Amino acid sequence: MNVTKNARILVFSTVKISDPAIDMAGLLKLHYSPKVYTISVPCSSAVKPRWILRALAKGFDGVFIAADGTDCPYGESCTEKTGEIVKKTHQLMKESNIDPVRLKMAAICSVCSESFIKHINSFNDTLLKLKTTE
Amino acid sequence: MKQRIGVYICHCGGNISDYVDVEMVREAVAHEKGVAIAKTTVFACADSNQKEMVQDIKDNQLDAVVVASCSPKLHEVTFRAVVERAGLNKYNYVHANIREQVSWPHSDNKAGATQKAIQIVRAAIAKVRLSEAIEPLEVDTTQAVLVIGAGIAGMKAAIALSKMGVKVYLVEREHFIGGRIAQWDVLCLTNETGKELVSRLYNEIVSNKNITLYTGAQLIECKGSMGNFAVKLKLNPRYVKDICNDRASLRKAIDVCPVEVPDEFNFGITKRKAIYHNFPGEYPQAAVIDMNSCTRCGLCAKVCDKIDLDMKVEDLELNVGSILVATGFDPYTPAEGEFGYKVIDNVVTLSQFKRLLAFSEPGKLQWKGKPVKNIAYIYCVGSRQVEGENKYCSRYCCTATINTALKANEKFPELNHFHFTRGIRTYGKQEQLYHNASKSGHVFLQSYEDDPSRVERKGDKTIVRINDILTNRKELEVEADLVVLVIGMVPRSNNSVADILKLPRGRDSFFNEIHMKLRPVETVIDGITIAGTCQGPKNVVESINSALSAAIKSYSFVGKDKLMVEPVVAEVDPNLCKWCDKCTRACPFDAIFKNEQGVAHVNDTVCKGCGMCLPVCPTNAIQLKTFTDNEIESMIDVLANEL
Ligand SMILES: Cc1cc2nc3c(=O)[nH]c(=O)nc-3n(C[C@H](O)[C@H](O)[C@H](O)COP(=O)(O)OP(=O)(O)OC[C@H]3O[C@@H](n4cnc5c(N)ncnc54)[C@H](O)[C@@H]3O)c2cc1C
Repeated sequence: MNVTKNARILVFSTVKISDPAIDMAGLLKLHYSPKVYTISVPCSSAVKPRWILRALAKGFDGVFIAADGTDCPYGESCTEKTGEIVKKTHQLMKESNIDPVRLKMAAICSVCSESFIKHINSFNDTLLKLKTTE
Repeated sequence: MKQRIGVYICHCGGNISDYVDVEMVREAVAHEKGVAIAKTTVFACADSNQKEMVQDIKDNQLDAVVVASCSPKLHEVTFRAVVERAGLNKYNYVHANIREQVSWPHSDNKAGATQKAIQIVRAAIAKVRLSEAIEPLEVDTTQAVLVIGAGIAGMKAAIALSKMGVKVYLVEREHFIGGRIAQWDVLCLTNETGKELVSRLYNEIVSNKNITLYTGAQLIECKGSMGNFAVKLKLNPRYVKDICNDRASLRKAIDVCPVEVPDEFNFGITKRKAIYHNFPGEYPQAAVIDMNSCTRCGLCAKVCDKIDLDMKVEDLELNVGSILVATGFDPYTPAEGEFGYKVIDNVVTLSQFKRLLAFSEPGKLQWKGKPVKNIAYIYCVGSRQVEGENKYCSRYCCTATINTALKANEKFPELNHFHFTRGIRTYGKQEQLYHNASKSGHVFLQSYEDDPSRVERKGDKTIVRINDILTNRKELEVEADLVVLVIGMVPRSNNSVADILKLPRGRDSFFNEIHMKLRPVETVIDGITIAGTCQGPKNVVESINSALSAAIKSYSFVGKDKLMVEPVVAEVDPNLCKWCDKCTRACPFDAIFKNEQGVAHVNDTVCKGCGMCLPVCPTNAIQLKTFTDNEIESMIDVLANEL
């Protein structure tokens, strides 16, 4: 089976907001790397740093949080809280000598399919570059 | 740990199997730990397959099921129902999305798609293996609904609910009900005025024993959750006892009042006293003293014995099962200088213009003592903004403006109308009005969004200019006696209910529904529905449509005396919790409290299952049901470890 070289990316996506955008990317036949896997959570502020660290330790090249941003149905504090999670995890990554660029977050609204593809492609490029320099 | 799992991989006609080798997926997962049977099926959602699944579950004593097919948004509910029909708990079902997230986006790479599908199904199996049966939570309900806001939406919703046999408390912050439409006089699309509509609904409300109306009332506290909200209202007195029928003494009281303030009902173009009476169309027909401007000089009380300046603010506690929010909108207030507003004295808003038309005597229209003949309407002020935040169209305005202009001619036949538009949006049946206006000599001009119309003062004249795209960008100008800014809708500036009820707002700052199409009147706060323009711009018809849907939805929460709620809630391990308060601060719904043992405890019926408390816990004491560390981490491990 020949799967072209691509970074392995785990996406934490949210049931009500970014999942629909990622689904719609499929509906629109917008292509991206098949090495991108999604785990759905209710809200991006629910992602535990230990899940991210585990994904990186177990072999994912990068973790992408498709955040609810200002569209979060649970309230406007989501953006700030997801930001906090990323900040805290970046700190933990640095402490374990993991390059913080391997964790990325962007707000993906429920119709932001193209923006999702753009983010995921550029993240893929970044991670591939990182791999070749390592 | 589930040990007899059934796995079904769907072809979806060819939507999946044209790109994913479903047989290969089946073979790859058939020997995963715990899998008892693995099958492919042409259409998993078909009736025949659903029946086969039920039979399989029974024949093979399956204890959990995975279906790999389209997005869970479409059929997760379907397959949960299938497993329930076969006697399993619906949370022992996990859905794998191999269409929207595999076969479609990776239709360019069949090998890659197949490999990804295998991984996703394996991850779903890993999750379902750890899944636990959880039961919906059952709560008792109070069969009453609180409707907040007595505009057209709130009034219609209250009446609809009362007819379903539910007790309704209709709460209006102002001392008069009717909301905005009481202010509009003529309304499109029928010839009925706002006044007539409000009068009819008010009479229905006061003669209906299921509805209790509170005016001058405000929500100040809300506790509890769907089925059982305990709310507290603050009731502001009118300072005029009963309904004062002695019109003469009341008139005297108003006359002697020394305080004059801009009348908000007329959007500040007239003044009123601190004690004032209702306008026609505002109910109840009773006077009130506005204590924010009253100086308590007592002159009114000397001439009218119904006045009592010592009336006290009261609190009232109510129990309801659902809350329907219909708090409406504010008309956009242009910034000083925006199209000459507040700088050029014959520039007004559409709201002010409508009031002017309503109280002016028929014949010749005047503004500040000068005759008005040429009226220039500037559209999309505060809507469809290029620079500002209000990107949306306010929907009501094109039609309302054209209708107002047409009706104005019935009272003031000499008026000429010049419409400076950004493209007219009189959608649906409203198009007829546009047609009528065009036929009766109204001039329609149009500008691009990057080149708006300009309002300028030239000597003692007000000139409106446009580079009109309908005449190939010719610069045209009109000398206007009155410039009317067609203002859009914005969320109410005083929106304290949002904070009290913790209602989420959308990007446009109006209240947010769960799903625009599928759940258009529900909010993420279970038991709280939204209706009318508090949710976004709507005309009267659209406001009523949403009010009636919200009424039905609110009824569905209180119609029975017991209610089932989703059990996906957070859970604290009391042995791990060291009580630091971080989770209570992270919870947007006040669902977590310190219990008698001194550790955090989650109130199941208040928790919305968002999971915001999970990452803040320093001892990792909190798990969210169906999203536990074990479940998520088992999926991570599988996905990271490609076969
Ligand atoms: C200038 C103009 C002209 C218009 N003309 C037309 C027309 O011709 N045809 C048409 O179909 N539509 C027209 N509309 C739109 C119409 O006004 C709205 O569709 C309608 O008013 C919406 O009703 P509502 O009940 O949602 O809100 P509102 O009319 O705003 O009523 C909301 C009510 O809630 C109350 N409230 C607010 N906050 C609280 C609180 N915290 N507690 C208790 N009560 C509260 C308010 O006091 C108010 O009584 C026009 C709008 C404007 C601005």
